[in-house]
Amino acid sequence: MDAQHDATGNAARPVLEAPDIARVLTRIAHEIVERAKGADDVVLLGIPTRGVFLARRLADKLEEITGRKTPVGSLDITMYRDDLRLRPARALARTDIPGEGIEGSLVVLVDDVLFSGRTIRAALDALGDIGRPRAVQLAVLVDRGHRELPIRADYVGKNLPTSLRETVKVQLAEEDGRDAVLLGVKQTAPADAQ
Amino acid sequence: MKRHLISAADLTRDDAVLILDTAEEMARVADRPIKKLPTLRGRTVVNLFFEDSTRTRISFEAAAKRLSADVINFSAKGSSVSKGESLKDTALTLEAMGADAVVIRHGASGAPYRLATSGWIDGAVVNAGDGTHEHPTQALLDAFTMRRRLVGPDAGLGRDLDGRRITIVGDILHSRVARSNVHLLTTLGAHVTLVAPPTLVPVGVEQWPCDVSYSLDDVLAKSDAVMMLRVQRERMNAAYFPTEREYSRRYGLDGERMAKMPEHAIVMHPGPMVRGMEITAEVADSDRCTVVEQVANGVSIRMAVLYLLLGGSDTALSAAPARTEENK
Amino acid sequence: MSKILIRGARILGGEPRDVLIDGETVAEVGTGLDAEGATVIEAEGQILLPGLVDLHTHLREPGREDSETVLTGTKAAAVGGFTAVHAMANTFPVADTAGVVEQVWRLGKESGYCDVQPVGAVTVGLEGKKLAELGAMHDSAAGVKVFSDDGKCVDDAVIMRRALEYVKAFDGVVAQHAQEPRLTEGAQMNEGIVSAELGLGGWPAVAEESIIARDVLLAAHVGSRVHICHLSTAGSVEIVRWAKSKGWNVTAEVTPHHLLLTDELVRTYNPVYKVNPPLRTEADVLALREALADGTIDCVATDHAPHPHEDKDCEWAAAAMGMVGLETALSVVQQTMVDTGLIDWAGVADRMSFRPAAIGRLEGHGRPVSAGEPANLTLVDPAYRGAVDPAGFASRSRNTPYEGRELPGRVTHTFLRGRATVVDGKLA
Repeated sequence: MDAQHDATGNAARPVLEAPDIARVLTRIAHEIVERAKGADDVVLLGIPTRGVFLARRLADKLEEITGRKTPVGSLDITMYRDDLRLRPARALARTDIPGEGIEGSLVVLVDDVLFSGRTIRAALDALGDIGRPRAVQLAVLVDRGHRELPIRADYVGKNLPTSLRETVKVQLAEEDGRDAVLLGVKQTAPADAQ
Repeated sequence: MKRHLISAADLTRDDAVLILDTAEEMARVADRPIKKLPTLRGRTVVNLFFEDSTRTRISFEAAAKRLSADVINFSAKGSSVSKGESLKDTALTLEAMGADAVVIRHGASGAPYRLATSGWIDGAVVNAGDGTHEHPTQALLDAFTMRRRLVGPDAGLGRDLDGRRITIVGDILHSRVARSNVHLLTTLGAHVTLVAPPTLVPVGVEQWPCDVSYSLDDVLAKSDAVMMLRVQRERMNAAYFPTEREYSRRYGLDGERMAKMPEHAIVMHPGPMVRGMEITAEVADSDRCTVVEQVANGVSIRMAVLYLLLGGSDTALSAAPARTEENK
Repeated sequence: MSKILIRGARILGGEPRDVLIDGETVAEVGTGLDAEGATVIEAEGQILLPGLVDLHTHLREPGREDSETVLTGTKAAAVGGFTAVHAMANTFPVADTAGVVEQVWRLGKESGYCDVQPVGAVTVGLEGKKLAELGAMHDSAAGVKVFSDDGKCVDDAVIMRRALEYVKAFDGVVAQHAQEPRLTEGAQMNEGIVSAELGLGGWPAVAEESIIARDVLLAAHVGSRVHICHLSTAGSVEIVRWAKSKGWNVTAEVTPHHLLLTDELVRTYNPVYKVNPPLRTEADVLALREALADGTIDCVATDHAPHPHEDKDCEWAAAAMGMVGLETALSVVQQTMVDTGLIDWAGVADRMSFRPAAIGRLEGHGRPVSAGEPANLTLVDPAYRGAVDPAGFASRSRNTPYEGRELPGRVTHTFLRGRATVVDGKLA
């Protein structure tokens, strides 16, 4: 896909550029340290694909602030989705829980976009099968609204009011070759978002 | 588009790698405190076994249950089937019960193919071994075991078995495991050599994409994995070989022969083993023998197959879109 | 019986002629014949053949009337252009006594669609152990001259030798189903590339060829004649060719399906392709066509083998062997032999009427189309093209491998001793 275009080929407008994203992540890292009182029991779990890269970047920022390594891993939620039967079976992504486990720790789930909230519900279910953290928090780069479940983020990079006709696309250097958040318009819109 | 898993020959390289990669994730579930996923909740998997095979049945059963599917075990022995009910009527019965998948083991080659293509049922059909034809999930778990051992569990992700040399030894003629492995391992880029007395190699094997050797000693040093097949003692009575002793002298794997294999090479066996016949206890119990691992890997592979066939509205084989940006 | 004038038909594919049937015989053959008092059949462009004769038909009665009866089988024969069929002996009870062959013969008389010449079993119960009363069957009203354990091979060399010798007394012939039993234990299909892949038990060509080789040598040794049923391999062709070159009294038949279909079809695991002997390879098919064209193989025989639906609607190994063939035989021969230029229509008359009648020593059939001969005739429209629809079969069974396949040619009329059994492609 052309980086300048959204899924339907329409021109997409960048709402966050690379420096914005870096700044936002730094802020979230500081917020985590502040709210977790030093962040010594924090475990960062990214939701594949881009949530994992964001989690790793956050871990680096936390290390800069606290001088300690923060455990970081990934949590694939595919097999916990509530819409499995609406699409062909999906390839699985990696679930990688840090060696220390999550028992009694503060798990911060990390994802790129918070939308309907269904992904996070699935992530909470998946987490429940892995262990029992002391608490679970959520960090997202963009919150675009339109929640369908009673879920909210604890750390938000940018609140982005959108209409359902719009698309939000996060690009990260690790996957896409550059950092950006793009806002576009869906052309024909069978509302496949949840 | 594939809705069924009937033959390893139907799998493309990408399909096969997707199954192995999925199985790798499934294997990690076994290490968790809760070894269960909600993925196939509300789906019904029928294990339709016309032949006794407790091992294969419980492996499929464990796989389906770990994915939260409802499992119905239908053993043909002692059921209406043994009283003359046809495969067709059995299939119609399962269809009426709402089976989403039928895992079938049958003594007749082609029975799963018939079940899948005759219009008797709508559900996915998974071949759990048919006659002397194929046993695709066995080949997949064998390939999975090889990839883990020869490439590595993490290093293997997304990779095939390119250039590995695999030797399969024993009763090729009557082996569905051998047929499925020849197809699958070749698709995955491995080079297969079959070793057997000429009586136990099928006429027509020259068309298979593999080599055939009558001498085990000639190929051991050039093998990354040696798979020993069970040889039934009854074959002796049909003059396939003179005596058990002669068979194991010429084609059995003992410690001395194992020593000729490269350092890294593994010994595999689909089970059940006939110790003293095709394999000695020394080899069977050695670290290089993967028999127990193969059993554990079998559950992961079958979870992967059931997930990819039943985990969505449609099969994932030969068409697997990743998570898109529009369904967060 | 009234007169029938067939106008403008090409007899054995020759120039258009009129043929006048009066009563049970052909009264006149010529051009511009007087139609006075006759029913006229306009046959321009059609081929007139002597009524076809099948040396190898399974009518299933008595015993398996669920798959075919003498009545339904002879109707199917008439639709296919046959005026005489040889009913194989593997019924229940086996046609190994004068009583059973007479029953079949009488049922044939009553049907009225096609003459039925019973074949007698060579051995009691087809068991290959003890000679059946061959003489009694010959002396019966059925007048049996062809003996066969078809479905099973007379594999005991001594029994085969004795049978060959014994039937010389009344000019009989033993028709051998050539299948070495030990080499075909558990056999499900042709042994070769496809069987290796499908994991189905192999039926090797050598199991047929070794028996044929033995039997032609035996026939030569005892000075008897032997007929080889449903020859299916290129190797068998070579052996028969060699035997004939020696001047030995050997005849052979080939089925329509072995002239057209190959074992590649078994990849569908659809038991409609399960037959004995099995479908072979492309090379075998081509060798069989060539042998039928050059006369090494004497005739086409259908091996019409009806089976009820449930015996085919199952897994391959559980399915019965056999295909129905009477109603499609001529079309398959046209496609594989005539339309390919291997033989002409005179050749068809020879391979499907003259020679089978001669091998079976059958009187009144396989005669030339000329004045004074019995009016056993078949009129064929060679230009017709149509897909095979088993639902329209006159046979009680539907196990055809040609369902939906387009085949050329159609029998429009069949006459049995002057009486039309088929008119415009439909049973009269």
